[in-house]
Amino acid sequence: MSGLIPEFNWREVVVQPWTQDLALTGWVMLMGFLVAAACGLVGNYLLLRRMALVGDAISHSILPGLVVAFLIFRHANTWIMFGGALAAGFVTVVLIEFIHKQSRVKPDAAICISFTTLFAIGVAMMSVLETAGTFHIDAECVLYGEIAFVGLEPPVVVNGIELAPPSVMRMGLVFLGIVACVILFYKELLVTSFDPGLARSMGIRPTLWHYGLMAALALVVVSAFEAVGAILAVAMLIVPPMTAAQITQRLPARLVVTVAHALASAVIGYHLSVWWRCSAAGAMVVAGAGLFVIAWLGTAIRTVLGRRNAAASAPVGATMES
Amino acid sequence: MRRYAPFLLIAAMLLVPEMAHAARISELSESSLGGRALRFFTFQDASLRNALLGSMLLGICCGLTGAFLVVRKLALMGDALSHAVLPGVALGFLWNMTKDPLAIFVGATLAGLLGAGTVQLLRSTTRHKEDAALGFVLASFFGVGICLFTRIQNLPGGNKSGLDKYMFGQAAALGQGDVMLLAVVTALALGLVLVLYKEYALTSFDPGFARTLGLPVSILHYSLMLLLAFAIVSSLQAVGVVLVSAMLVVPAAAAFLLTDRLAWMLVISALFGMASGALGAFFSFVGRNMPTGPFMVLSASSIFALALFFAPRHGVVTRWWRRRSQSARIRRENTLKAIYRVLEDHGFRTEQVSLAELAQQRRVTLEEATKEVAELKRTALVTISPSGEPALTPQGWQRACEIVRNHRLWELYLTHAAHIAADHVHEDAEKIEHVLGENTVRQLERRLNYANRDPHGRLIPGIEDIRAGTATMCATRVPGYGGAEP
Repeated sequence: MSGLIPEFNWREVVVQPWTQDLALTGWVMLMGFLVAAACGLVGNYLLLRRMALVGDAISHSILPGLVVAFLIFRHANTWIMFGGALAAGFVTVVLIEFIHKQSRVKPDAAICISFTTLFAIGVAMMSVLETAGTFHIDAECVLYGEIAFVGLEPPVVVNGIELAPPSVMRMGLVFLGIVACVILFYKELLVTSFDPGLARSMGIRPTLWHYGLMAALALVVVSAFEAVGAILAVAMLIVPPMTAAQITQRLPARLVVTVAHALASAVIGYHLSVWWRCSAAGAMVVAGAGLFVIAWLGTAIRTVLGRRNAAASAPVGATMES
Repeated sequence: MRRYAPFLLIAAMLLVPEMAHAARISELSESSLGGRALRFFTFQDASLRNALLGSMLLGICCGLTGAFLVVRKLALMGDALSHAVLPGVALGFLWNMTKDPLAIFVGATLAGLLGAGTVQLLRSTTRHKEDAALGFVLASFFGVGICLFTRIQNLPGGNKSGLDKYMFGQAAALGQGDVMLLAVVTALALGLVLVLYKEYALTSFDPGFARTLGLPVSILHYSLMLLLAFAIVSSLQAVGVVLVSAMLVVPAAAAFLLTDRLAWMLVISALFGMASGALGAFFSFVGRNMPTGPFMVLSASSIFALALFFAPRHGVVTRWWRRRSQSARIRRENTLKAIYRVLEDHGFRTEQVSLAELAQQRRVTLEEATKEVAELKRTALVTISPSGEPALTPQGWQRACEIVRNHRLWELYLTHAAHIAADHVHEDAEKIEHVLGENTVRQLERRLNYANRDPHGRLIPGIEDIRAGTATMCATRVPGYGGAEP
């Protein structure tokens, strides 16, 4: 048990990532931030719709889609993978609806059955293919990936200028796309999340936006998948929006807090991973969860203090009365 | 005694894996698919026997616990807790740097309970809903687990091999200790369910009522969570962190589709769990070191799919078939009614009905009328003359009279008892005529004082007309209750 937490070396943990290693670590932190922020923005709407666990479900169930897409096209292009994942995500949603509508199985059990079955199909296919020697993907790698390799990718070169590593470029595009959607369709997403009835009366179709949101979810999960594994995506769909909801009630403020939380957990998480010598994605999740716990304690303390103040002022009024 | 019958059945089921365990030992190494299948069925491998026994025990244990999760709508709790135990597994390993089943069991159980407690705490101190609380526990605990696991990989020393099997499961890696642990947990689950069956059933379906009876509802809830943590933790080695939740929910959901009684649901769920455990172990063994978890889950999902489509009462296909045959019956009865109306228009002087008149009465084309008549002939309700004109058989006449009687009595009842205008009652009677039973019809007759004309002035066919057997014999008298009034 001893030696589990290595000695804290200020130079190695805090100084080096920002000085001589920045060329590598910068990309890792940026990638972590992009994943966390893109997932967090989508997650805000999932949280409002009480669909927080759908992210977990989708991220598991797209696995067979990825495997099939890879089998058909024989190489791992992002857009092919995205198509496969989107198809698998669609199958999941249809399957959940079918089980829920056509039988008396409750929706929570329907979700659980659908995604675990699809995930099992994916893992079974992968292990069969691996035994046959067709295919080499580490199933665990899909789950918790290795974000630290991002910095080692050869960067994209445009007109002789070295830009970012390709996965960072893609994730950046996805992040910008999500931000653009959130700004452009702010009203539609807001209304359909809070009041589908009002949305319908305004001529906005809630079902359409629901599927749009699901597609965005599939997009962020898939693009995160490749570089950082599913766990960071699943966690960042839930933790930053929950932290933001702990701090503020207003949606625009929540979106901003979400992005700030994503930045903080990416940076803090990376340093933790250097210190603890563990997976950077895992450490980013731990950092994000830690930030949530701080926000949680903050609101709890505020509630207790508020109660004490109220209790302190009440007896005075009572004595005045008598 | 009846109450205990299901549990005796489970006890009998426990014997099956026990018998498997008692089979003869020999070390052969066939490499062909058939050879491996043969070896599987003859239980010749010691490790295979462990794997099979463990998988079956796992299925029983998860099936029993999962049944309560499904009826309590806690399916996703299983998912969250199965991810939440991961840091506990890592800490259990760190205890003395070996895969000691007991240390891992204790660590993972503690982590699972901590997860369940965190969900409860989040629910009570924040405004977050159940799904967010579960998602937070799932993600953050899993994150901590990943950190610990990757840290362990970087630690010097210790026997780390096989630790990765906790992700997707490998039943072949089950040791004697793991199987013992599974047996103990299964026995515990069985005992707890047997002793506290009534209490669990009551708190699952009506917690409010249970509280008024003075039952400790939250203690029962936590005992179930403890049992859940036990079931998850002891199953990890064989089925893996990610897919334990499927073994909890899928067999139980299949059982939920097959029965309405909790006791039988527990039995069926345990049985399905056991079967999918055995199938998973089989495929994993035949396919040489495949991960067991996915195949177990796929077996369970296939069972669920079968139940979903072919369950006797709730199955998709069975319901579709029932609806289809019901609408066919209604169509037949409508044709019979139309034939009666045509016969009535002719004063019951003939037995034969012309197709043209029938088609006009039914408001369909001639081809469709021909098809409908052919359908009646298939069920022996009419005979068809060489010229193609149908005539009712005695059964056909009886059913036609009954339908017309149901229709007209109902119309009369609505105008008399419910005071609905005579021109508003036809649509309703069109629907009810197919479902009124004999007793209800008798009751209606009595209520209506054996009246013999419907609100539109037509005669209502009575018992004598039905007994007459044919239309022409009926025509010798005026149909209805005219003379039969007591």
